[in-house]
Amino acid sequence: MKMVMAVIKPHKLDDVREALTGVGVAGLTAGEVKGFGRQRGHTEIYRGAEYTVSFVPKVKIEVVVADNQIEAAVEAIQKSAQSGQIGDGKIFVYDIASAVRIRTGETGDSAL
Amino acid sequence: MLRARTIGLGIGALTLFTAAPAMAAEINSGDTAWIIVATALVLFMTLPGLALFYAGLVRAGSVLSVIMQCVMIACIASVLWMVVGYSLAFGDSVGGWIGGLDKMFFEGVGTDSVNGTIPEIVFAMFQMTFAIITPALIVGAYPERMKFSAILVFSAAWLLLVYAPVAHWVWGGGWMAAMGVRDFAGGIVVHATAGVSALMLAKMLGPRKDFPNHLRPPHNPGMTATGAAMLWVGWFGFNGGSQLAADGGAGMAIAVTHISAATAAITWSVIEWVKFGKPSLVGAVTGVIAGLATITPASGFVGPIGALIIGAAAGVICFYLVGLVKNRFKIDDSLDVFAVHGVGGILGTLLLAPLAAVSLGGGGQADGVSMMDQLGVQALCVAIVIVWSLAVSYVIIKVTQGLFGLRVDPEDENTGLDLPSHGERGYEL
Repeated sequence: MKMVMAVIKPHKLDDVREALTGVGVAGLTAGEVKGFGRQRGHTEIYRGAEYTVSFVPKVKIEVVVADNQIEAAVEAIQKSAQSGQIGDGKIFVYDIASAVRIRTGETGDSAL
Repeated sequence: MLRARTIGLGIGALTLFTAAPAMAAEINSGDTAWIIVATALVLFMTLPGLALFYAGLVRAGSVLSVIMQCVMIACIASVLWMVVGYSLAFGDSVGGWIGGLDKMFFEGVGTDSVNGTIPEIVFAMFQMTFAIITPALIVGAYPERMKFSAILVFSAAWLLLVYAPVAHWVWGGGWMAAMGVRDFAGGIVVHATAGVSALMLAKMLGPRKDFPNHLRPPHNPGMTATGAAMLWVGWFGFNGGSQLAADGGAGMAIAVTHISAATAAITWSVIEWVKFGKPSLVGAVTGVIAGLATITPASGFVGPIGALIIGAAAGVICFYLVGLVKNRFKIDDSLDVFAVHGVGGILGTLLLAPLAAVSLGGGGQADGVSMMDQLGVQALCVAIVIVWSLAVSYVIIKVTQGLFGLRVDPEDENTGLDLPSHGERGYEL
């Protein structure tokens, strides 16, 4: 089992969700985060005073998938979240030690 | 508890019985109705207009503290005004310098006593709403870093030692009124005093930690715009009500108020558009307020063309003063009380002399007074009030600092004041 974590542009969330369910991923968790990489922040001006806002709003999604789904999931995210502009984000893959479905107590791949 | 209430009722009953019955013919019900409404409009300017205007400009963690400051200043000013403030401002003059104590606790201000064509109680309440908003304006100098106890003590002392005397000099039959100074609705009494005192307080308090390079932007520009809109509407009562009558003069006061607000906002937005490429909402509504503050002293004396000129001047001059105070003088007058209200009030006080000209649609100069004469009186009175405000504020702040300290703990300044000062959170996210 692996967790595929991706930081993406917020407006791409719906596209990524569709792409993931399209390859058979059953669920995902999404949260609003802020970050920066090569995308610099921006400057806002209020009453003539400049405010530098270094962080850019992003969305972080996490999906835990069985080993045989990892490639499909990563590809689905990368294709659907891509816009070609700086700031598209990154995908990371973690090892997952175990998983449990809370309602039933199932473990392993059947918990996913 | 019971005893205090009994005494209060006793004083009230005494007042009713001892007030001389006035001629019913002196009271004009149209005038009275309008000033009652105007009173509500001006209170609305503080609660919640100014409160929201300021609250949107600070960080989210301090939103409640700003509103709380406006609420409590309003409450304390109200009680103080009734107890002694009204008397000091409008009581029987002691040599033209200050009112006596003859109207303490609204003594003699019952249902029958008259001021002009309206009941005196209505006049006293209308004036109360001005006494409320003036110290509340100063909130803009010290958000996110001043101790709540110090704020309340400063505001109370300031009301009685700066506002009441100046109100007496200009409106209460004091020595400036005798000189023929013109201040229709408070360019000197409200905006100059508050603006200049705000500058002194901001300087003595010291800047926010993040000033000037790491400030957070306004957390809710929409809230600020909402507050500004309420201020605009309420200002019809502020300037229109200062006519103390429901007549063409009130109508013209409202008209020039509105034209100045609109013109100043357009001017400010044009400057931003040209300078930064984008006209902002915060800038536009700040322009509105600059226009409103600047027309305030002039609203009974100029015509629509004068209002256009005043609005444009306000938009340009207040815009540049914002930058000057913060960037050149490095004073953290956080919400630009001096640049917008102080400068606006002073500017309008001076401009009303030339712009009262009949050729510009104004009401003309006073009988036997030349424009230069009037300008001289305006300048002199403004200068004296500026010095008075600065000096007395300095003393009040020094004493307050000695007794209470001025600043909150540095750690509290980091989080915002809502939790540390008031135990509350503005937003549950």
